[in-house]
Amino acid sequence: MAVLIIADHDNHAVRDTTHKSVTAAAGLSGDIDILVLGQGARAAADAAAKITGVRKVLLAESPALGAMVAEAVEAVVLPLMAGYDALLTPATSAGKNVAPRIAAKLDVAPISDIVEVIDASTFTRPIYAGNALETIKSSDAKKVITVRPTVFAAAAEGGSAAVEVVSAAGDAGKSRFVSEETVKSARPELGAARIIVSGGRAMGSADEFKAVLEPLADMLGAAIGASRAAVDAGYAPNDFQVGQTGKVVAPDLYIAIGISGAIQHLAGMKDSKVIVAINKDPDAPIFQVADYGLVGDYKTLVPQFSAELQKMGN
Amino acid sequence: MKVLVPVKRVLDYNVKVRVKADGSGVDLSNMKMSMNPFDEIAIEEAVRLKEAGTATEVVAVSIGVPQAQDTLRTALAMGADRALLIQSDQDLEPLSVAKLLKAVVAEEQPTVVILGKQAIDGDNNAVGQMLAALLDWPQATFASKVEIAGNKATVMREVDGGLQTIEVDLPAVITVDLRLNEPRYASLPNIMKARKKPLDVKEAASYGVDIAPRLQVLKVAEPAKRKAGIKVEDAADLVMRLKNEAGVL
Repeated sequence: MAVLIIADHDNHAVRDTTHKSVTAAAGLSGDIDILVLGQGARAAADAAAKITGVRKVLLAESPALGAMVAEAVEAVVLPLMAGYDALLTPATSAGKNVAPRIAAKLDVAPISDIVEVIDASTFTRPIYAGNALETIKSSDAKKVITVRPTVFAAAAEGGSAAVEVVSAAGDAGKSRFVSEETVKSARPELGAARIIVSGGRAMGSADEFKAVLEPLADMLGAAIGASRAAVDAGYAPNDFQVGQTGKVVAPDLYIAIGISGAIQHLAGMKDSKVIVAINKDPDAPIFQVADYGLVGDYKTLVPQFSAELQKMGN
Repeated sequence: MKVLVPVKRVLDYNVKVRVKADGSGVDLSNMKMSMNPFDEIAIEEAVRLKEAGTATEVVAVSIGVPQAQDTLRTALAMGADRALLIQSDQDLEPLSVAKLLKAVVAEEQPTVVILGKQAIDGDNNAVGQMLAALLDWPQATFASKVEIAGNKATVMREVDGGLQTIEVDLPAVITVDLRLNEPRYASLPNIMKARKKPLDVKEAASYGVDIAPRLQVLKVAEPAKRKAGIKVEDAADLVMRLKNEAGVL
């Protein structure tokens, strides 16, 4: 049995979601290959080759693969699957986009967002926004799986697998990349941050959201997150959203400011190691999951918190 | 241009989820059921395309138990022209749903299929992509803006780093994300009118596609509960505890 993992990377390096997917894959098989799809992604492939437990790295490059256009990804992955029993990818937006498409082409039932590998056919995954966990057994000969990275430990580095270039001949056909608006930020990425400060609807405006969260995030070296309510209201961009339908995160420290704690938000952050909630409503559901709760108006508490952090010499 | 909108009947998003004591699933008996919120956004988008003169007909389709007719009536009240229920008492997996929808596409010949990116019960996020694959159509998932002109759709997509725009040739499958639009509430006159709109019912078995399950649910359990912590005195107390007790600063 062999497993192919589609890497999550930024062309220069592989994100640790890839390392975590290697850990998940190790529960299925010892023969793990990584596929790096991109444009100018040789460095990412070399980085993937260093992950311990990886047999070899395959690299396919084209402009459409650089944008992870689903039809182009399918054209590369589908023929490769003749040699593999399982395809894994981190449950990123790109992974979620391509995995079911490939599963349908293989006539197998995809298995989304696994949080546990019980054996090579049996997996646990959250349903109902994480309010229930189902354990399912697949009868398909090949498995197509997306992995929720936050729950798996990252595989170590120290390997030296070979990098093999594979054909990216298939084109995207009827689908074309037009443009991308990505937020350039010196802050860490949400998925990889050790500390996240997150704001909710209580902020009241986009300017206030920035004014409250950015200085605190920069002081802590934290990423910034947001509740769905704050994103829907236009206070924060969509890629800040933490929750069932946004990003699922599990940092060492999650600081929720002015977030009431709707179920769908909790589903995205309740695996964080330590949760702090600052909210003026003492009965807000966020306090039911918070390790440390501070009741009061964030407008006074956040500046006090920052001042105390500074005093501590952070 | 015809738009097909698949909709799913799910446990209402405001209802507290309870896992059955025997671990066989989530308790749905006597619970409030509603249209999957992402599918409401899909219906809204299709109806707006019709109102703008881009689409000529909006057909809603649901696959499930007879009560899914209520969900379809909601779609009709929001502005869909007609509806189709593919009846099945079996809890169908995304692959089976995609195969049945492929058969519906063959009958209805829509130019665009618009549906929610995921249903809030199974959280699979799979049917749209699978339908596109089975039809060999392009897919534009997680849409936050859709523009249709000529035989192309330009779709802005919510992706991890921000927003990505792609262009797909029609026919295509579009799955919708939260920020695409705000679905309307059906007005009382429209609810009354919806009762008279056509709603066909067919049996899933009549399509002759393989809908045998591939996944066996071994158990459904409640996740481990996180226990509530403490309320701290003030910001100084919080920083002290984060540093000394939790060790995260």
